[in-house]
Amino acid sequence: MTRSFPTSGAPHVAPQTNVARVMLQVLLALVPGVLTYAWFFGPGVLVQIALAIFFALLFEAVMLRWRGRELKPFINDYSAVLTAVLFALCIPPLAPWWISCVAMLFAMVFAKHLYGGLGQNVFNPAMVGYVVVLISFPQAMTAWMPPLSLSEIDLGLGAILATIFTGQVPVEGSWDAVTQATPLDLLKTGIESGRLVPELRASPVFGYFGGKGWEWVAGGYALGGFYLLYQRVISWQVPTAVILSVIVLSLPAWLIDPANNPDPLQHVFSGAILLTAFYIATDPVSGCVSNRGRLVFGAGVGLLTLVIRRWGGYPDGAAFAVLLMNMAAPLIDRYTRPRMYGE
Amino acid sequence: MTLARQKKPLHEVGARIHSFHGGLRLRHHKKISCGDPVEQPPLPELLSVPLTQHAGNAAAPLVSAGETVLKGQPIGRCQPCAQIHSPVSGVVEAIEDRPMTHPSGKMGPCVVIRPDGREQWTGLKPISDWKTASPESLIMQMQDCGLAGLGGAVFPTHRKARDGRDRRIHTLVLNGAECEPWISCDEMLMREQPDKIVLGARILRRALGASRVVIAIEDQMGAVEAALSHAAECAECQNISVVKVPKIYPEGGERQLIQVLTGLEVPLGGRPSQLGMLCQNVATAAAVADAVVEGKPLIERYITVTGHGISHPRNFRALVGTSFSHLVELCGGYTKDVARLVVGGPMMGFPVASDASPVVKASNCVLALTADDISDSQVEMPCIRCGECARVCPASLLPQQLFLQVRNELWNQAAEWGLAACIECGCCDVVCPSHIPLVEWFRFGKGERRKLAMEAEASELARKRFENREARLARLKLERAEKMQRRKQMLKDKASQQDRIQASIERARSRAARQAASTGKGPGDDA
Repeated sequence: MTRSFPTSGAPHVAPQTNVARVMLQVLLALVPGVLTYAWFFGPGVLVQIALAIFFALLFEAVMLRWRGRELKPFINDYSAVLTAVLFALCIPPLAPWWISCVAMLFAMVFAKHLYGGLGQNVFNPAMVGYVVVLISFPQAMTAWMPPLSLSEIDLGLGAILATIFTGQVPVEGSWDAVTQATPLDLLKTGIESGRLVPELRASPVFGYFGGKGWEWVAGGYALGGFYLLYQRVISWQVPTAVILSVIVLSLPAWLIDPANNPDPLQHVFSGAILLTAFYIATDPVSGCVSNRGRLVFGAGVGLLTLVIRRWGGYPDGAAFAVLLMNMAAPLIDRYTRPRMYGE
Repeated sequence: MTLARQKKPLHEVGARIHSFHGGLRLRHHKKISCGDPVEQPPLPELLSVPLTQHAGNAAAPLVSAGETVLKGQPIGRCQPCAQIHSPVSGVVEAIEDRPMTHPSGKMGPCVVIRPDGREQWTGLKPISDWKTASPESLIMQMQDCGLAGLGGAVFPTHRKARDGRDRRIHTLVLNGAECEPWISCDEMLMREQPDKIVLGARILRRALGASRVVIAIEDQMGAVEAALSHAAECAECQNISVVKVPKIYPEGGERQLIQVLTGLEVPLGGRPSQLGMLCQNVATAAAVADAVVEGKPLIERYITVTGHGISHPRNFRALVGTSFSHLVELCGGYTKDVARLVVGGPMMGFPVASDASPVVKASNCVLALTADDISDSQVEMPCIRCGECARVCPASLLPQQLFLQVRNELWNQAAEWGLAACIECGCCDVVCPSHIPLVEWFRFGKGERRKLAMEAEASELARKRFENREARLARLKLERAEKMQRRKQMLKDKASQQDRIQASIERARSRAARQAASTGKGPGDDA
């Protein structure tokens, strides 16, 4: 008695993970940062996340249908959700709803699907969406709120929803009453107008080493980042290179002239450095493939962010830094091929 | 590879355990098949011995249908590869195309033998005094007995031995690091026949002219270590050591094992003998002992029949040519959810379409897997370049880049990024979150490149032939032209000579005429 069997190539072992699981792990890692964010700055961020996810999935579905691709595996891979969440964490919590719509349109349609969809995009979709709205709608994108503890007006969830969907703050004094310059903004404009850093830091928007509230959010991101490192979802090279390059490059300036230069920890814990280091610059699709390449990529992100903070037109430059390094990634890959066995 | 890195002192081989890049810790599943002692199964009704069993060409049959053969009698000869022998005494029923148990899945010529049950041996020619016999005669004996690497590559042992001898290797490494999950045949052999392995190691050492033997086993083979160490304590066993290596797949790969034992890397495209080392499987060493001391050709081997698809997994000492179905029956048959039959391990083994396939010298394991084991229903997604594949690659390649290069047929780039250095271990495949069949792509890529290289060679040859022909024709034309020229010249010379004669005659005549005219004589007087 003989018996026949279907055949298929080696290895004959069940795969260990899948794309959706990887994306879910990153989303899970973001939870502490997001909760801290909502704790210090109110539930606006959660509304923005929901909005961005809605638009991202909408455009993803439209593009998949248009390109004749199967919907289910790609809608369920959580990559669009991750793009949406990362974007939502970069915009002011009270930004009007159409900001998300425009940004996700550019992120999903132009940055992702027109390049060939998942795995094919040259640029980080979340950063493309963010930069498009940052350049196009500077006013809406700079309307940041101070931490709840510093705010005179406590917007409830209803008022937040009303603000996001009407574009008008339903309180006396409107926008001026609820927004305030961010710590990075204050530093940039302050230093440029000749004021000294210690003097600026006396402002209540500053905390121990970053912005008040922001430093805790950044800490939350870092906590999630360590989880990703532990789970080996991301490699240590990118975050290490980003953070180290920021510290190493800002340290001499601060040591020489502490009155006119923020200290390295101030840099690391302000703005989007830690979010970028662990979640954005680590995007494997638009980053470098080899370990050495990742070090170069991360260091480039850190360097360019500092350059933009110091000399550029924006208070934070992480998004631009990432997009610029995305452009350089193929070239870096070319020159950082690892030595193979026996070579 | 610098010279300094090659010239490490001898005593360092295995003295310290090094690590290699990447690899995976896989579940072993080995104990399940190690419970029973290894037995020889009862003779099957028919044996089918493929004539293609080694790296190289098919052997030419030495027998024909209807002929009676004795156990151990040569039935196939293949010049650069090893001989093939009859595993039983009996009658050749046919020589016909049957499943060959080959990765290609193709049918091929097999000698089908019906055993007569008498197990009558042909005249064996042992070398009893191997300690004084010449190394060359030992190597010849390996060739005559059809020895080939039993770890799976089945490279003829005598050829490897000759290469090692020519390169003056110093250390023979016996590979007992059976790193693929499920397979336990080497472990059982080392447990049950450690003396034979050590004897084979000594014979091989003499044949190779090596001074040291390192037997590498995995750190979780407790019983094996004790058995082998005891066997290696004999009076003439100096410089034979048993070394434990950590169990990380694919540690049993020749290149990885050498890296673990020495910290050195075998040069790209090169062989371990360039580092003064030679690897043989422990089962090959045991076969060498049989061949030299008893004169027995290689007609049986240890084989594991295991997997969740087998009722009672175990090991056998099976004759080459025994069908897998015969062995599976002795294991109590399949379980009801068996889904795939693999020869070799789950990482690098190849699937067979039917269990009518026979045991060959290369078959170390018959693995019956269930749908749960393989779960290949998961959809393939695009590569997200996560780099997990690069992290586990023991050859330090970037599989995600190679995949794109092969898929887009960028052959030069793929070559530059090391497609040829891929050892097809399957680690990248297992960790890929997008479930891309990377190894299959790489095999395809290697095949295409071989084909392209062959085509390039063929067209180069054709071009050379054409150029040679053109040159020849041109030469002939030139030669012909020269010949013609010479002939013309000759004719012309001849003609001019005649002309000269004629002219001188004319001159003489005219002179005579003039003289005749001046002296008043007629021209006839002159003649």
